[in-house]
Amino acid sequence: MVFRRALRYGLLIAFAVVFIYPFLLSLGTSFKSRPEVATSSVSPWPRSFDLRAWTDVLVHSDFPLWTFNSIVVTVAATLGRVFIDSLAGYALARLNFRGRGVLFAGIISVLAVPPIVLTVPRFLVLKELSLLNSYTGLILPLAVDAMGIFLMRQFFVELPRELEEAARIDGASIFQAYWHVVLPLARPALLTLTILSFQGVWNEFLMPLIVVRASPSHWTLPFGLSTLGRGGAGGQSFDYPVMMAGSILTIIPVAIVFVIFQRYFVRSVASSGVKG
Amino acid sequence: MSRIHGRQGLAGWLFMSPAIIGLGVFMVAPIALALWVSFRDWSGLTPLGASEPAGAANYADLLTDSSVVRGDFAKSLRNNLYYVLGVVPAQTFLAFLLALVVNARLLKGRTFFRTAFYFPSVTSSIAVAFIFIFLFSPTGVVNTVLSAVLPGKVDLVWLDDSDGLLHLLLRAVGVDAAPGALRGEFMDLSWWDWLSGPSVALSSVMILATWTTTGTFMLMFLAGLQNVPEELEEAASIDGASPRQRFFRITLPLLKPTLFLVLTLGIIGTWQVFDQVYAMTSGGPQKTTLTPAYLIYREGFQNSAMGRAAAIAFVVLVIILVFTGVQRLVLRKER
Repeated sequence: MVFRRALRYGLLIAFAVVFIYPFLLSLGTSFKSRPEVATSSVSPWPRSFDLRAWTDVLVHSDFPLWTFNSIVVTVAATLGRVFIDSLAGYALARLNFRGRGVLFAGIISVLAVPPIVLTVPRFLVLKELSLLNSYTGLILPLAVDAMGIFLMRQFFVELPRELEEAARIDGASIFQAYWHVVLPLARPALLTLTILSFQGVWNEFLMPLIVVRASPSHWTLPFGLSTLGRGGAGGQSFDYPVMMAGSILTIIPVAIVFVIFQRYFVRSVASSGVKG
Repeated sequence: MSRIHGRQGLAGWLFMSPAIIGLGVFMVAPIALALWVSFRDWSGLTPLGASEPAGAANYADLLTDSSVVRGDFAKSLRNNLYYVLGVVPAQTFLAFLLALVVNARLLKGRTFFRTAFYFPSVTSSIAVAFIFIFLFSPTGVVNTVLSAVLPGKVDLVWLDDSDGLLHLLLRAVGVDAAPGALRGEFMDLSWWDWLSGPSVALSSVMILATWTTTGTFMLMFLAGLQNVPEELEEAASIDGASPRQRFFRITLPLLKPTLFLVLTLGIIGTWQVFDQVYAMTSGGPQKTTLTPAYLIYREGFQNSAMGRAAAIAFVVLVIILVFTGVQRLVLRKER
């Protein structure tokens, strides 16, 4: 028994190192000088703190601009998702109207379309709407998300009906009951949706690549990051400290949200796992 | 009562309208439009209306007509096939193993371990790809650790090494070139090259992918394990079932829906690998990390062949449907 327990903890600690050490190493590397990186690439502790990479990223690149763009796009797309998904989820779960079944089936089938298949199609539509190289073109497609509608519907299906029916009997309109009674009860689900959306949009790479590639003033963090520290071809001339500083800065906001709201992340994955 | 249920028809459509417009404009219409474009010759630079009809030429370029493009498409299929066959079993097995260990009773630090394993899943794909470029650099951690563990110095240039793993294995036993039987070609790629295995460069991307996705699937298995009623396991052990029997007769069958979900999501995800390839290798070396997803980007946005890119997208869609369908059949048969 003692042996088995030692084995178990050994395994867990080994994997924890495998999953966490790369982040610590990249943090440490961002404070190293390039010559030091060339000779010492394993220790997370820099021999002397060199702030060159950080000033390169924060002062001599467009990183602040990319961060600003990312915040704009993430906030706008997330607000859009929360608004659209909660309304639609509520209608699908609670309101009786003709066509509901068809709409729900439609949303499930849209959910099954792999995003990569949408690369060319979305470019086409945004081009036809003259929305390429604009915030709007970046935000609108990300604000629509079938997964969120599905999540909200599942939540509303399980919510007890009594309170909103009481409100309706007291004379509230459907929208008033929704706004004043249902939404406050839906806070946990809305928070989950917000967090998932924040994480997804913040990390989104494909959309900025297709939509704003030609307009550097609209680049978001992941796309801007992908251009950092890559002097010349062949991989020998990568500026690792700069790449690591940029990576760490891009990860930090999600890491903070993740640590604070960990259980919401876990719950959302777990529920998708159970309900499948 | 009628006061409560009245006017729901109007309200329902009003509540749904933002979603219907959004999904219609950015999901449904695009797919229809792209299907149309896949039968046209369009550069993506001129107005869409000015494109010429191309019949099935875009699909023929990929599947039936001998050309460089078909060769590249064949390579991308080969690469992604090895990628799926490597990553899906690895991430599923590791996720399951970690879930079993983390789920053990009386475990100290469960939350910490769960968080640590899941954290890579929520981070930016580009940031993580950069970190792995560094780990796999010639003087990086991976080579250093391997040099310490293995006899001799390991100085692989991981991301620039196009040798296939199966080819390397065969070379080790003295087979250096294609035997006569494998000189033939299929889709402009020799049988010998179809059987190369993933290149060293692609293997690095596969390790990265396994590292990032394992945590998510572990959480799914954990949720599944929590649905296994404790009474059932206790009853079985009172009846004299060994831990091994309990695992194979009770835990595993009850986890089948979760396993099904993890495999399905794994297949769907791995057939779409793009960000990591873009950031780490851009399809090279020797096109051994080219994937259909990357080819969509290259043809559509770099080579100005939008019609062809759209055609690739639909072929990928069919592949994903076939793979998930086959997996569904196999798992159902076992039941």
